[in-house]
Amino acid sequence: MTSIILLSVFGILNLFLGFLRSNKVLLPGAMLLLLAVFGANYADWNVAHEPYFNHMLVVDNYTVAFTGIVLLTTIVLLPFSRSYVTAGEPNLAEYYALLLFALVGAIMMIGYDHLLMLFVGIEILSISMYVLAGSSKRDSRSNEAALKYFLMGAFATGILLFGIALLYGATGTFALSQLGAAVAAPANASLQPMLYIGILMMIIGIGFKVSAAPFHFWTPDVYEGTPTFFTAFMSTVVKTAGFAAFLKLLAVALPAAQGFWMPTIQAMCALTLLLGNVGAAAQTSTKRMLSYSSVSHAGYLLIGLVASKGILRGEAASAIFFYSLAYSIATVAAFGVLKLVSDHRQNDSYNGLNGLGRTNPLLAFVMTVAMLSLAGIPLTGGFFGKFFLLAAAVGQGYIGLVVFAVIMSMVGLYYYLRPLIAMYLRPAEADATPVPVDGIQSATLVVLALLTILLGVAPGFLSGLL
Amino acid sequence: MLTAVLLFLPLAAALLLLLTKGATARALALGASIIEFGLAVYTAFAFKSSGSASFNLNYSWIPSAGINFHLGLDGLSLLLVLLTTFLVPLILLSAFKRDFDNPSAFYALVLFMQTGLLGVFTSLDAFLFYFFWEVALIPIYFLAGAWGGERRVAITLKFFLYTVVGSLLMLAGFVYLYLQTGPAAGSLAAHSSELSAFYSLKLSAAEQSWLFWLIFAAFAVKMPIFPFHTWQPDTYTEAPAPATMLLSGIMLKMGIYGTMRWLLPVVPLGVSQWQKPVIILSVIGIIYGAIIAIRQRDVKRLIAYSSLSHVGLMAAGVFSLTQIGLQGAVVQMLAHGVNVVGMFFIADAIERRTGTRYIPDLGGLTRRTPVLTVCFLVMLLSTVALPLTGGFVGELLLLAGVYQYNAWVGAVAGLTIIFSAVYLLRMFQRVMLGPDSSFSETITDLIGGELLILVPLIALVFWIGLFPNSFLHLSEPAVTNILALVGR
Repeated sequence: MTSIILLSVFGILNLFLGFLRSNKVLLPGAMLLLLAVFGANYADWNVAHEPYFNHMLVVDNYTVAFTGIVLLTTIVLLPFSRSYVTAGEPNLAEYYALLLFALVGAIMMIGYDHLLMLFVGIEILSISMYVLAGSSKRDSRSNEAALKYFLMGAFATGILLFGIALLYGATGTFALSQLGAAVAAPANASLQPMLYIGILMMIIGIGFKVSAAPFHFWTPDVYEGTPTFFTAFMSTVVKTAGFAAFLKLLAVALPAAQGFWMPTIQAMCALTLLLGNVGAAAQTSTKRMLSYSSVSHAGYLLIGLVASKGILRGEAASAIFFYSLAYSIATVAAFGVLKLVSDHRQNDSYNGLNGLGRTNPLLAFVMTVAMLSLAGIPLTGGFFGKFFLLAAAVGQGYIGLVVFAVIMSMVGLYYYLRPLIAMYLRPAEADATPVPVDGIQSATLVVLALLTILLGVAPGFLSGLL
Repeated sequence: MLTAVLLFLPLAAALLLLLTKGATARALALGASIIEFGLAVYTAFAFKSSGSASFNLNYSWIPSAGINFHLGLDGLSLLLVLLTTFLVPLILLSAFKRDFDNPSAFYALVLFMQTGLLGVFTSLDAFLFYFFWEVALIPIYFLAGAWGGERRVAITLKFFLYTVVGSLLMLAGFVYLYLQTGPAAGSLAAHSSELSAFYSLKLSAAEQSWLFWLIFAAFAVKMPIFPFHTWQPDTYTEAPAPATMLLSGIMLKMGIYGTMRWLLPVVPLGVSQWQKPVIILSVIGIIYGAIIAIRQRDVKRLIAYSSLSHVGLMAAGVFSLTQIGLQGAVVQMLAHGVNVVGMFFIADAIERRTGTRYIPDLGGLTRRTPVLTVCFLVMLLSTVALPLTGGFVGELLLLAGVYQYNAWVGAVAGLTIIFSAVYLLRMFQRVMLGPDSSFSETITDLIGGELLILVPLIALVFWIGLFPNSFLHLSEPAVTNILALVGR
């Protein structure tokens, strides 16, 4: 709760700071205050809190853990907004404020205990993102991305809201805990169809937000058009919060309706894995590949939902936590390197990375670690993320799904190797100059790479947390 | 403690190397690898030969999942550790002569790979084993890719995908086995991935039947066994010589070792069910590799196919499930490691002098290069398995093992000696003897630094050939142990 208050207050303060027109203060300021919020969030670990606002919001270890991921992701992402500072971007304060508001929305999505809170959280997050997607005002691709994201997103939110309404109609409550009981023992059996349609609509609505197939079609275009800095935010924070919300919905409110949603989620999972991986393999642009790869990672996380079998605590939830963390860190690293390189070389396709191993060994190394982590190769956090998820699913007996996921991750190897091939095996353009990287960016990249390796060699301290 | 130092010393040196350049980097890399070898020799002297693993190191790695960081050495592991630590300094030394860019990264990757290899040979926990198995792969991908020949991009990609797909299947098999285990003593986790826990599993023959192929996939690709070998000749040819030596000299042994430790005793019923098909595939590989080797005109490619043929015999010996066959595989792992590294080194030495490895372009090189000729001949005859050399002991024991399994299969497998004499001596004749080529007068003989590599190799060739028992007695309890578990 402290984190929500702090973030909201700081967000508004940030808007005022914009009047000062001193971009130099903004970046370190925003990082420091996020660190403070991270600390405040950490202080809530293992502390029992009464639910807030008449059971609309709970702060338990689940909330704290996932909030920790979104905060950490944002902290390590911020240094890559440096180019806005140096370019004298006039609206930087607004961008930061919107990011902070988006975080508030994300935390609400993670901590909700009431469907309206979920809806409010999703809206706060989404509206900020609609604006940020279009933040590169003179770039037609950015405008297109914002418009597409907004139209599709608004539509999906409508469906989600409709689902919430139907769920309310069928059960008479918005509160998650009461929903659980009401779904398990329906008071009026004739309302069951309404309940199921409601559940389906909610799955569609959230499926859209986390870009799970078949509701992922917007992802590549929006991710590609959005400025890379915000794409990284979208594909990490939005996804983590979305999955935390998704798991909570299925595990707390709807465990009794498992027979209905389980096949749906399984089908979505298989489809997401297939379309995400095959789509990524067909790309020639690193940024588009990363967009499709974020779809495929939604697929792996959906396996976690399947394996949870409607239980919020335990192996599957811990696995989703670990996977989200490893994925977020690797994705920020990948997008961070990509942003630095594509800003300098004006090229976000694979051959834009050519010869990076020679011109910028550090960037190439960090990108390598990130790609290996996303591909799930040992020594990186991504491996244990996949391992925990798949082991949880095998433990619940979903062998077929796991075999399919393993086959799909073999496809994944192919496209995650392509940046590495470009960086190390292909020569740079003759006139290629090193990509300029400032101290804090290199430090952040090193930290990201080390964190990924740390998660890959000593996962014990974060596994089995929930 | 000793095992931990043994494992992490190369890694630490690799990290230090990234900060150094030029001559310091060379000295550091070589120094670290020699100290490492010294440590391994010390370990060998401190080692008490028994069936179970000594020098155990066991930490809880992922407590919630019952996964341990468990290392240990038995005779079999020890011999492979010795082989690895013996070859790595020589491989590094062979890289010093080469002119390539960013050498410190190259040496760092070699040492990093050494940690991976040693981890594979000493892990006693399934997931730790898998972890090191992949750790060994990443550096060799970059070594072969970044410093390789012209077609390196496509070829290393193929190599990487092949091996990773194989190891993912192995991982799937391990996960299944893991979920069948009960909790280890004193552990909170529901399952255990300890090797001993896998050994004590009682699975039905049907389960073991498909588990066999899941796990064997990784080993079969790594060795490689026909028909999983298609990545091998291309990769061996395109990779730079030191990487080829690592691949053929040490990495190949990961497959044989894995089969002996992680396949035979874990799914014995599956092994007995598939023993015959695998032996037949191995023998096909022997003949196939040999026949293709005869037709090769590229020295490096010829050695690659010869290696394919020899590894087929090792696999057949292992799957004969006889004491003598397994012991033969152990000796042959050492002998083959030494031979193939020597052969690739000589091929590289010739290529560096003449700029070609194309056999028809070469010829009549002996006149100016007596030392090179002698070294080449020794390595070659050991590969052909002439008595007195290491290759002879290994192949003889292997053939005896296969013969015990089935006389006819043994007879066909025995053709390997004849075939290898044919293609290797023909190659020697056309490269070193034969009509003079444009290089006959200009070629220079081996120099001191190169002899420094070949002399230890040759010494070991004769040591294994004359006193094989100094190695055999180390591995005997381990092999007996494995066979007892297979026969349970």
